[in-house]
Amino acid sequence: MDYANLFIKSIFIENMVFAYFLGMCSYLAVSKTVKTSLGMGFAVIFVLTITVPLNFLIDKYLLQPGALAWLGPEYSELDLSFLSFIMFIAVIASMVQLVEMIVEKFSPALYGALGIFLPLIAVNCAILGGSLFMQIKDFSGIVESGIYGFGSGIGWLLAIVAIAAIREKIAYSNVPAPLKGLGITFIITGLMAIGFMSFMGIKL
Amino acid sequence: MSKNKVLLTDPLDDNNPITVQVLGICSALAITVQLKAAIVMSLSVVAVMAASNVIVSILRNLIPNRIRIIVQLVVVASMVVLVDEVLRAYAYDVSKELSIFIGLIITNCIVMGRLEAFALGNGVWRSFLDGVGNAFGYGAILILVAFFRELFGSGNLLGIQVIPDALYEMGYVNNGLMLLSPMALITVGLIIWVQRSRNRKLIEKG
Repeated sequence: MDYANLFIKSIFIENMVFAYFLGMCSYLAVSKTVKTSLGMGFAVIFVLTITVPLNFLIDKYLLQPGALAWLGPEYSELDLSFLSFIMFIAVIASMVQLVEMIVEKFSPALYGALGIFLPLIAVNCAILGGSLFMQIKDFSGIVESGIYGFGSGIGWLLAIVAIAAIREKIAYSNVPAPLKGLGITFIITGLMAIGFMSFMGIKL
Repeated sequence: MSKNKVLLTDPLDDNNPITVQVLGICSALAITVQLKAAIVMSLSVVAVMAASNVIVSILRNLIPNRIRIIVQLVVVASMVVLVDEVLRAYAYDVSKELSIFIGLIITNCIVMGRLEAFALGNGVWRSFLDGVGNAFGYGAILILVAFFRELFGSGNLLGIQVIPDALYEMGYVNNGLMLLSPMALITVGLIIWVQRSRNRKLIEKG
């Protein structure tokens, strides 16, 4: 598959939030101001770009049916794919922990910006969703899966920053009381998703 | 006893995981095109939540505080693997349709949220009730959304046509937009609106 095409597709057409509703929980919880939502968005890009290719390697060389053939012919019949959920989530949880420690050591400024969001990310379904989609889409190489992870992260960032900007403005509007807060946010997200549907069919 | 009953009934309305606690939205929206998939998903979540709440509650005094998130994730992930294997064995079509969303129960915040907020601090039986109650509250919204989407989107319920042919002949057309993802969000938004106008104390301030 053409790399640029995959990149655009993962940002706009298969947007994590608007097309698959992944990462909705943090999307709703952290989108009160643009500043915090930017921090969260960058943290998601960061972690997705690392974990998707890593899980791709694990899937390809450990879990898929016959993936263990490199250990010797007697292992070539093994199928460990039922372990993929546990492996993926373990990789994500430990990568998040590792990234947190590395960032804290080498870039205190970045840690100050991303720090509080990193633990949240381990349970952000966009991250696990990225890895599971990678498994279903059957990418051919590590570059492709990396581009997919990066693109999905950017898509998620776009979505959360856009909704945060709208929520900052809507605080001044006269929304019916029962619809305030959560309700109106859902409806706005729905309308934004309709907008994103117009990207469908774009090809480079 | 009545205290235990509250654990079951509270999540259905006043403290609903989706519309009030805002947990577990992701899967709630994605698999509500068809009523059948929504029911299977709800039952899976009931099973996973009840089992993992009980296990974490049994282990709650043994889990070191610092690594509790990873322990919880492993417990939940093992339960989800079990559910996934059972679905693949007995309901292969539905399991194909739910695709990655069964796996995503692991990171469904409703499971982790209740483990953190309840099972770590309460006894086994109460945790079990809390898990079942919250999973039913989650399932109720899921089934409600799926009901409207399938009814208006394809004119069916559980795959059986319910809107009579006579209506179609008079010019009624299914609303294809209901089947697409944006309408799931808008439907949940409207449900929240209705619920909060009936139950005024849930209205957000500010």
